Amino acid sequence: MEQIVGAILTVLIGVAGCVVYFWGTNWLLDRFLATNQSMTGEVVTRRDYLRSQVRPWLFLAPALVFLTVYLIYPVFETARLSLFDSQGINFVGFSNYLWAFRDSTFLQSVFNNIIWLLIVPAASTFFGLVIAVLADRLWWGNIAKSLIFMPMAISFVGASVIWKFIYDYRGPGQEQIGLLNAIVTGFGLPPQAWITIPFWNSIFLMVILIWIQTGFAMVILSAALRGIPEETLEAARIDGANDFQIFYGIMIPQIWGTIVVVWTTITITVLKVFDIVLAMTNGQWDTQVLANLMFDWMFRGSDFGRGSTIAVIIMLAVTPIMVWNIRRANAEEGTR
Amino acid sequence: MLLAFVVVWTIPTVGLLVSSIRDKDQLAVSGWWTALTPSVSTGASRVGLPADAVHENGKYVIRGNLLGSDTNKTVQSFGTTNADVSAAQAGASLPMRDGGTITVETSGEYQWVSDTPFTHTAGPRIYYTAGIAPRFTLENYASVINANGIGRAFINSFTVTVPSTIIPILIAAFAAYALAWMRFPGRGWIVALVVGLLVVPLQMSLIPLLRLYNGVATTFGTESKTYLGIWLAHTAFGLPLAIYLLRNYMAGLPKEIMESARMDGASHFKIFTTMVLPLSFPALASFSIFQFLWVWNDLLVALVFLGAQDDKLVLTGKLVNLLGSRGDKWEILTAGAFITMIVPLLVFFSLQRYFVRGLLAGSVK
Repeated sequence: MEQIVGAILTVLIGVAGCVVYFWGTNWLLDRFLATNQSMTGEVVTRRDYLRSQVRPWLFLAPALVFLTVYLIYPVFETARLSLFDSQGINFVGFSNYLWAFRDSTFLQSVFNNIIWLLIVPAASTFFGLVIAVLADRLWWGNIAKSLIFMPMAISFVGASVIWKFIYDYRGPGQEQIGLLNAIVTGFGLPPQAWITIPFWNSIFLMVILIWIQTGFAMVILSAALRGIPEETLEAARIDGANDFQIFYGIMIPQIWGTIVVVWTTITITVLKVFDIVLAMTNGQWDTQVLANLMFDWMFRGSDFGRGSTIAVIIMLAVTPIMVWNIRRANAEEGTR
Repeated sequence: MLLAFVVVWTIPTVGLLVSSIRDKDQLAVSGWWTALTPSVSTGASRVGLPADAVHENGKYVIRGNLLGSDTNKTVQSFGTTNADVSAAQAGASLPMRDGGTITVETSGEYQWVSDTPFTHTAGPRIYYTAGIAPRFTLENYASVINANGIGRAFINSFTVTVPSTIIPILIAAFAAYALAWMRFPGRGWIVALVVGLLVVPLQMSLIPLLRLYNGVATTFGTESKTYLGIWLAHTAFGLPLAIYLLRNYMAGLPKEIMESARMDGASHFKIFTTMVLPLSFPALASFSIFQFLWVWNDLLVALVFLGAQDDKLVLTGKLVNLLGSRGDKWEILTAGAFITMIVPLLVFFSLQRYFVRGLLAGSVK
């Protein structure tokens, strides 16, 4: 109860603080750089100019402060810490990086991450596209889309519990309560402890993320499909193209830009994801990924140097995407 | 074809939901897809002693019920030895080693009839297989909420989520307006910065911020893991996307309205609060849903900035703990997982339109 009151109070204070800041600074600006009839034209112009130069920064200041403290400064600080020892005190040069590339768990994580990056975005985008096309002209298409989109609302941990239940394993001869083993034994095959089979267990974890992300891909791709002009499709049909030709020859090229965006977004998600591995195996049985390994070194190993090193490596992996993103945004800016 | 996809995508969640309301004994022995059919278990109980016998029509009879007071079960078959549990179907009779015959009904009622008086000293065991009628219950939820601190975690999650949703929206809306409609040097750079920050992995920020928080806490002699700390962190992490989405939306608002308002002498502050903010409602709504779901479902930020002590754990953290400590107790896990999912699912299904719109605004134009 006390906690709830505290929360409400802080929300009010926080919101009020924001309002006071924005309203107050703008009021001050208008007041101290006010213009009136008694001033000469030159002063008026100067003050008008100053106001228009200062105001954007008042609007932007809180956001810039947050972004600097929470996102920009940490990038440099992490890079710096990766060159220091576990407590961030003694400079150790590149020895954390040397450690990383000799550590078998690290190499295993890199390998697993690459597999994740190859499979998850591709599978999610592919399924998303197929479903978007299939659902496009059906009367129950929207209901189907809602149901497939639903996992997006579930936390990675919740999704992990759901799938852990599906992968559940009971010894041979017992009745299986995990759906997957029930199907396997239904075909007369022996039940498997899915999440302990090396290599394949990573695939089973990926299935969870694909299950979550397909809905995202589907929603965006289906909007892109709607954006294809009807005349284009009509013209293709008149020319005698069949459904597959229309799909590959017209739809895919038309929405290629969107496919790339979806692919990229899911790629970033994959790099950051650690909850699924933490909840399902915690990196045992060769399923470790970089994000979870970093968490391990940071909290269980309490080694800031090695944790930072892994973070830097994750950052380096997203840098190309970042550059590409910025380029694309700049190009759009130019045409606006 | 589409139906197959829908089934595959829905079944995992349905399985969890069905499991979470099943009786915990049934949950442990049979798959959730059998929830509507009776599950079968075996059992044994001793029949009565000579003292319980009554003498009627020249015969000695011992009556009783193998199942005791358990009315949820029905006897399917029974036998007099462990190895031969299905020697006779319910309703049939079997000879007893101590003489006479025994008949067991499906209800568990038995009748041991003998022509001679009973002389046994211990009641012989009767082995049986019993079908357990499917039973649905909310007990799992009750026990999770009461005994496992989920209720507390639920409140914690709300405490974290609500401020972390409201504060970034305000800040982002002002910044987005400035980037969309004000002319000033450096604007292009800031837009590029925001776009770039969209992809910065959260992991990057954790260690420096943790050190920063610890430093601030030591300076002021307070705790480093506070709700304020996590609110600010979530605010900051949500900002790039919020600014990006809102700016795209605001930039799409009709130029004529802005210009005519400027002609009439309205200041940017006035235009923003009286025109742009109300017009941007759809975008604001979709971002708040986005941020709400994201913060509610977050595990990493909460673990790092709020800690793993029991009194401050959020729902996702609690669930991970349950997975570790109660990994074999499916009744706790399924009910716990569903509790963590209730709020996001409600938000999702009631506000899906806005959510989708927000996604689209950010990704395709």
